[in-house]
Amino acid sequence: METYTWLRPFADSWHLLFMFLFFIGVFIFILRPGSNKVHKDSANMIFRNDDKPGGGNTGPSKARHEDQKEAR
Amino acid sequence: MWDYLKLAVLGLVIVVAAVAASMARDPAYLVHMLLIIGAAAITFFWVIRRVGDPVPAANPNEYMDGPVRAGVIATAFWGVIGFTAGVFIAAQLTWPQLNFEWAQGYLSFGRLRPLHTSAVIFAFGGNALIATAFHVVQRTSAARLWGGGLAWFVFWGYQLFILMAATGYVLGSTQGNEYAEPEWLADLWLTIVWVAFLIVFMGTVIKRREPHIYVANWFYMAFIVTVAMLHLVNNVSIPVSAFGSKSVPVWSGVQSAMIQWWYGHNAVGFFLTAGFLGMMYYYIPKQAERPVYSYKLSIMHFWALIFLYIWAGPHHLHYTALPDWAQTLGMTFSIMLWMPSWGGMINGLMTLSGAWDKLRTDPIIRMMVVAVGFYGMATFEGPMMSIKTVNALSHYTDWTVGHVHSGALGWNGMITFGALYYLVPKLWQREGLYSLRLVSWHFWLATIGIVLYAASMWVTGIMEGLMWREVDAQGFLVNSFADTVAAKFPMYVVRTLGGGMFLLGAIIMCYKLWKTVTDSPAREPARAPATVAAE
Repeated sequence: METYTWLRPFADSWHLLFMFLFFIGVFIFILRPGSNKVHKDSANMIFRNDDKPGGGNTGPSKARHEDQKEAR
Repeated sequence: MWDYLKLAVLGLVIVVAAVAASMARDPAYLVHMLLIIGAAAITFFWVIRRVGDPVPAANPNEYMDGPVRAGVIATAFWGVIGFTAGVFIAAQLTWPQLNFEWAQGYLSFGRLRPLHTSAVIFAFGGNALIATAFHVVQRTSAARLWGGGLAWFVFWGYQLFILMAATGYVLGSTQGNEYAEPEWLADLWLTIVWVAFLIVFMGTVIKRREPHIYVANWFYMAFIVTVAMLHLVNNVSIPVSAFGSKSVPVWSGVQSAMIQWWYGHNAVGFFLTAGFLGMMYYYIPKQAERPVYSYKLSIMHFWALIFLYIWAGPHHLHYTALPDWAQTLGMTFSIMLWMPSWGGMINGLMTLSGAWDKLRTDPIIRMMVVAVGFYGMATFEGPMMSIKTVNALSHYTDWTVGHVHSGALGWNGMITFGALYYLVPKLWQREGLYSLRLVSWHFWLATIGIVLYAASMWVTGIMEGLMWREVDAQGFLVNSFADTVAAKFPMYVVRTLGGGMFLLGAIIMCYKLWKTVTDSPAREPARAPATVAAE
């Protein structure tokens, strides 16, 4: 019962505030400026590496940003 | 050396299981020990025949598709078994004579009902989730599955769990908690398998060659982690004996009920929703050959779903001993859950924007779109039914059964069929499916079957709810329980028919997938280098 008495008000106040702010923070982070490019790249990721794992030839995705316009 | 260690461990397992079998206190435990002996013996011979063979080095530049292929076969197999069990118990409800006297206590409705639900959710759905998770995580991480043979352990270990659960139900070993029926021994085994599943999946994600973790993997990870947590908490129980299948739960009373429905609702939320959304976010864009409509929306969908779903469980306990505030909390979160669900549905459907013509030409896309449509319908119906006043009418009636099946057959079933149709030609290097006309047959049989099922359950559920609460001028109840049962007969016939059509569609699918592998022309190897060059 001792645990309950301090957990209950904590859950109702600070933890609730933390979860609420985290949740809002996630949405703000998603909509941050400059995320468009990253998201476009991520959305098109599934069209790469279909038959084989990416080797050195595919490289990190930054190198591929130029071909993205064609991918969509 | 490693092989000898394996043989020693397997030998020890066989001996211990044999001793335990000889001391078994109930038939379910005996059968489970025999299953363990069988599984360990088969593995023993498999290992001993390969002792000393040079170990073929795994090529890190190739995907590990063996477990995915096995998972696809298991999905189709368990699907047909689970649907058959469902049609049979639907017929048992319609015509009680099918609860045969000679099989009393083994094949009666009460024993077969958990067999049906576990077969479709955990055997059909679970295998589909494991197979697609292994397929998707490799493609989106651009890396071979981590852990070598561990993925095979996950696959075969999971099949052993299914066999233990299924035989246990028929022999009467059950915890009596819906969707958490398997007793402690099967639960412990599933925990081991599930941890291995998590390790393989996370290992692959960690060694990924893509900078970002694709959204489908987030959904799969949420599914694996949450199901592990739910499973552990809801199955805390103390075995009566090490040699018997019965255990005593630690939780009791309303706490037990709340934990059970926290588990039960999140099994729906994370097993049947989050995991299958992982499928949706990979296979629909792939089949449509277009990226997902809005990647931002998909991440919002993920976080909102995760944050809201976990609180919705109390809506299963409206008007019970559960405190009123908890019931209201469950209802409120269920209604809020409508938003992310529909956001996800819109995201899935709008992925086809600009390619709607594919609906006419591609029956696989049609299947996936209907799946997302049913996802939207079921996630609208669910929040509505969680409202206390609606629940007062709907709870304990067949409306709930109809709701579950429009989600399970429409959303989970159809998206899995779509994924299987996508996967089989890819995994067995075929040009395409054996016959698109048969896909259309499957599509229409399944869709009409679901509509018949859901509509008959709406009618019978609302009728039943209204009959239960009908009072005459003096305030006496008008109908006895048997009156409602008699009134439901025609709808039960329709439900059995709808389920039968869905089963027939699945059998057609199995035939067609088989013919795709054996009869379809092979994909010419020239195409593989071409796609690499295009990158």
